[in-house]
Amino acid sequence: MNPLFIRGPSANLRLFILVIVSITLMVLDERQQYMQPVRATLTVATYPVRYLIDLPSSTGNWLSETFTSRRHLMLENEALHQEHLEFKAREQKLAALEVENARLRALLGSTAKVQEHTIIAELVALDMSPFSRQIVLNKGGLHGIYEGQAMIDAQGIMGQIIHVSPLQSTAILITDPKHTLPVEVNRNGLRSIASGTGESNRLILDQLPNNADILQGDLLVTSGLGGRFPAGYPVARVTEVIRNHDLPFAHVSAEPLAAIESSREVLLIARPNRPATESKASPPEKSGEK
Amino acid sequence: MRPVVHRGGIVVFASIIGALALSIMPLPDALVAWRPEWATMTVIYWCMATPMRFGVITSWMTGLMLDALRSGLLGQQALALALIGYIALKLHRRVRVFPLWQQSGTVFILVMLQQFLQIWIDGFSGHTEPMSRYLLPTISSALLWPVVFTILRYLRRSLHVH
Repeated sequence: MNPLFIRGPSANLRLFILVIVSITLMVLDERQQYMQPVRATLTVATYPVRYLIDLPSSTGNWLSETFTSRRHLMLENEALHQEHLEFKAREQKLAALEVENARLRALLGSTAKVQEHTIIAELVALDMSPFSRQIVLNKGGLHGIYEGQAMIDAQGIMGQIIHVSPLQSTAILITDPKHTLPVEVNRNGLRSIASGTGESNRLILDQLPNNADILQGDLLVTSGLGGRFPAGYPVARVTEVIRNHDLPFAHVSAEPLAAIESSREVLLIARPNRPATESKASPPEKSGEK
Repeated sequence: MRPVVHRGGIVVFASIIGALALSIMPLPDALVAWRPEWATMTVIYWCMATPMRFGVITSWMTGLMLDALRSGLLGQQALALALIGYIALKLHRRVRVFPLWQQSGTVFILVMLQQFLQIWIDGFSGHTEPMSRYLLPTISSALLWPVVFTILRYLRRSLHVH
């Protein structure tokens, strides 16, 4: 027979203990590195839920792949062959250029850029809460992913890894309001910081003085300062420069080059000389006020 | 006295997994801000329907899973859901006999409490979000409560969960 009443003090006590535990968790989580193993374990435990969410689209993909007609496949194959040839030809040129570049750099006495090694990962989930731009990838610690690793797609920088669990990892996109990255203007090497806005097609550079030499259409590339992102990858193109002389800083907006909202495969750049100890686990915090 | 037999744990578990899945399911842009707090509603239902077995600890664990799935601090949703589970347990004898629209009102208040806790914790951890981010889910949760209630009650009755 069921007891008629729930034991009162027990529920009170449980709540009290759980509140204490939750607050401890949150405080520890603020200093991210302490909670990393717990978060990783929980992420693995919730893998079935993510899998469930991904199931319809992956089944759809599988079905359409399975039932594509032979003719279609042949056409596609042919197109890919052509493209492959074209790329082969370009690559030959690239190899020559690379050698030439290395020789010139050697002549100039500067260090050669290290060839970066990349890992391809696929996106499994996104949009966990509306105003933070983060995505989950299907590669984790077991595949050699580490925190702070830069993520790019075919067009440019997309973001960086912030949490790693054995089978999956979470990346923050450059458009997240909490994310900033050091960039430079490709035309003249002017350095600045690009911050996310939460909108998928806009970054802002809010620390440039009014007289800074920056124009609409300028290409922004990573400067490599800060040690997170390798130098020289394209980031965004400046879409708008508003110079209001009543304000201390110019208002500069840029549009990310990477297909941030539509890339399904991303590349993670593994750097051979990655720092052994990460100085900061969290992405660089925004310093300026908007 | 014969020991209390609990049945249908798998149904409760499946409904929670379902609610968690709905909480992170990709939605069209226009609807994202309106995403109801599915997990909270499920916790409230099971706390009121089966208070002998679904209590503060299970609510807390649901919240912890939600934390792992969403961004934000670990323990943030867990704290809120434990508190909501506790209140739902305390109120279950009264709210269970309310008509559906009054239950919706209760859900509105409970979800609002959860959102207040989120605002508070988000404020502490230093990221602020527009107020609609907190308000719209509260409204949509209250509006969808009759649906959730009816579905879960149907599941509970037809699958004999006590």
